[in-house]
Amino acid sequence: MQTTAVVVGAGHAGLAMSRRLTERSIDHVVLERGEVANSWRTQRWPTLRLLTPNWQTRLPGHDYAGDDPDGFMPVADVVATLTRYARLVGAPVRTATTVHTVRAAPEGFEVLANGDVLCTRAVVLATGACIRPAIPGVADAIPRSITMLTPLTYRDPGQLPDGGVLVVGASATGVQLAAEIHRSGRPVTLAVGEHVRLPRTYRGRDIFWWLEATGLLAERYDQIDDLTRARHLPSPQLTGTPEAVTTDLNTLTALGIRIVGRLGRIADGVAQFSGSLANTCALADLKMNRFLTRADQWATASGLDDELPPPHRFAPTSVDPRSPLELDLTSGEVTTVLWATGFRPDHSWLDVPVRDRTGRIRHDGGVVTGAPGLYLLGMPVLRTRASTYIHGAAADSDALAGHLHSFLGSRHR
Amino acid sequence: MTITDSPVNNGVNVQALLGAREALSAAPEAAQFTWRASCTWRNGTHSRSTVAGFTGLGAEQQHRTEYEFDVDHPECFASEDNGATPTEIVLVGLVGCLTAGVAAVAQHRGIQLRSVTATIEGEMNVLGILGADPDVRNGFEAVTVRFAIDADASRDDLQALIAQSQKRSAVFDIVTNPTKVLVELA
Repeated sequence: MQTTAVVVGAGHAGLAMSRRLTERSIDHVVLERGEVANSWRTQRWPTLRLLTPNWQTRLPGHDYAGDDPDGFMPVADVVATLTRYARLVGAPVRTATTVHTVRAAPEGFEVLANGDVLCTRAVVLATGACIRPAIPGVADAIPRSITMLTPLTYRDPGQLPDGGVLVVGASATGVQLAAEIHRSGRPVTLAVGEHVRLPRTYRGRDIFWWLEATGLLAERYDQIDDLTRARHLPSPQLTGTPEAVTTDLNTLTALGIRIVGRLGRIADGVAQFSGSLANTCALADLKMNRFLTRADQWATASGLDDELPPPHRFAPTSVDPRSPLELDLTSGEVTTVLWATGFRPDHSWLDVPVRDRTGRIRHDGGVVTGAPGLYLLGMPVLRTRASTYIHGAAADSDALAGHLHSFLGSRHR
Repeated sequence: MTITDSPVNNGVNVQALLGAREALSAAPEAAQFTWRASCTWRNGTHSRSTVAGFTGLGAEQQHRTEYEFDVDHPECFASEDNGATPTEIVLVGLVGCLTAGVAAVAQHRGIQLRSVTATIEGEMNVLGILGADPDVRNGFEAVTVRFAIDADASRDDLQALIAQSQKRSAVFDIVTNPTKVLVELA
């Protein structure tokens, strides 16, 4: 079977790309291993809400039109929104179609899916950045008596045994789940490495309003000082809640959660935490304040100081000097370890030599290096800082579809 | 602003460091260093360590000259006090590493330093090393470093300077995080 382009993955990125290809009359199919929004349906815990406010959940040709623009979409609504969007744009999605291999062919690529072979000139990888949990090697040393969970297998605190829980990682996932589990009556210890602290709201506006208004989210990948670092930054410590509350380490400490340093090693069943917690928190406070200063300067320069509440600063992260450096996982105090240590994409089915020595796909703003016609979409800071979020796919898909279009044209000549 | 037309000079060649970062990212085997010291027991708790060669950039390297470190314990430990204690040498390593980091980060950020002084203190309950109390650890309970920096920069910038120097410090990482250590008989 022949088609001009194959999009792998029918999440927000793949659907946005489908719409951009349709706009350009490029014949394509969208291959989806499950149903539209599969990861959101099957790999996310039910109380998860988007970190971005509803007004920002924009897809190409589709703005949020509901009655709660300042709310945060629960995962079920994300599924419903993407399902509606797939119909709206008439995306040619083939559901329940698992891609086994993508490999180079004389006229482009061969895509093996469900036993069929598709010949295509272009492939867009849009399977998402959060497919596999990134679990550090120390997990091998966790005593067998401990239940281990990842954000992909976690559903609710009820599935955990009674007893204490060690949550490893304090990005958006870690802080949200630490709070949820702690409220279920299980004492939580949270191991905190490098993290991004942001308040939910500042001067009466959501933090994402500030991130967008100040131009930070629009910063291009080729203008970012340390792109590798930007692409691997943990997600900010934010929760989407109806009350728009801030969930930072001070909030968690006040709830009774014990904050410890980064998990370094497990020796004879004893978890050892880094003594660098104070500096990790100081760095996060400094970076937050640097952004708030930038926000204040932007507000003044934009003449908004009269309509916004006055600038202020948040209390520094308070670190308990007695925070333990060790936790005995054999004592029975802790019964569950939850790895909130980030996610990785899964491109294991991509059989085209485009990886660097660390196994990452080499690309220039989503245009894969060394494989003309191959594109990557829906990854953190792919083309701008907004690429990390759903609405970033609008501009990214436009740029990459434009590139793909010229690529097809150049091959015809 | 590039470093070459920057009036700031802390004596750190940031351009060379940035060049090294780029070159070594492309040739990761050259980035693998082995640091070495050798130690000879003298008498009692006194030993002398020397540092001369190390491996890096894919080859054997030499310091400009050989450096010697006498290690001993003070007289109140019934020793002859021929040198600093090993724990003090760890403190020297940490504060030296952080201070080098302060200078390098300041250079990179265009901050002219006029003076940098630091004091470092490690709290230790010696009941641990004496084996007198199993609940007391051998090592430091806490380490405190206090920097006094005179420079053309705001207090916030200086806070950021010392935070970043910790983040990029080898010895800070060594002291704060577990490291596998193998001690064997030759």
